[in-house]
Amino acid sequence: MTHYVILEGVIAFLLVAGGAFVFIGSLGLAHLRDFYMRLHGPTKATTLGIGCMLVASMLYFWVTEGKPDIQEMLITLFLFITAPVSAHLLAKTGLHLRLKHVEKTAGRPAELRHEEVGEKPVPHPDRGHG
Amino acid sequence: MLDIALWTSLALVVAALLLNVYRLTIGPDMPDRLLALDTMYINSIALIVLLGLWLNTKTYFESALLIAMLGFISTVAVCKYLLRGDIIE
Repeated sequence: MTHYVILEGVIAFLLVAGGAFVFIGSLGLAHLRDFYMRLHGPTKATTLGIGCMLVASMLYFWVTEGKPDIQEMLITLFLFITAPVSAHLLAKTGLHLRLKHVEKTAGRPAELRHEEVGEKPVPHPDRGHG
Repeated sequence: MLDIALWTSLALVVAALLLNVYRLTIGPDMPDRLLALDTMYINSIALIVLLGLWLNTKTYFESALLIAMLGFISTVAVCKYLLRGDIIE
């Protein structure tokens, strides 16, 4: 009997922690000052929050139905793999469009090599566009 | 205990969605709006998971997986469009 109470407490804690992380991520998105800062909130905090929620859901259905289910783990894995990829592409887009940044943001677009911020793709000297 | 946790989590996710809508409306540039949209996809997955817990059913997890995949693909497609002016070169 007592270990059901403990499991319920763990599930409730994971749910509230997930909600809090998701909220903090969106708060960062709404509040921070330039695009490169805003990118931090959704890519890290929101991903961790949704991971917490999916683990809570998996635990709940494991306890109520008696056998573990791989589906939630699949969604968690997929989100954890794709979040850095889309964040990288968004950062590249921001650098390409030369968005405004505040003074505290490190790493100027001018510090990148020429072909990384160019107006159009530059062919490789040996291989062309490949 | 689970009831209170579910309601708290639901309220936090809905507040997060409202903040995303705020950024989607005022976002000064295109990547800001795209980032807000990507975050809204993830928050809608959270809402679907909470709905599944609320109704005590596992039917909705397929739709969560579908939203995750389509959200990632659409974000990558719009990023490619903004980067190169073309999606498939």
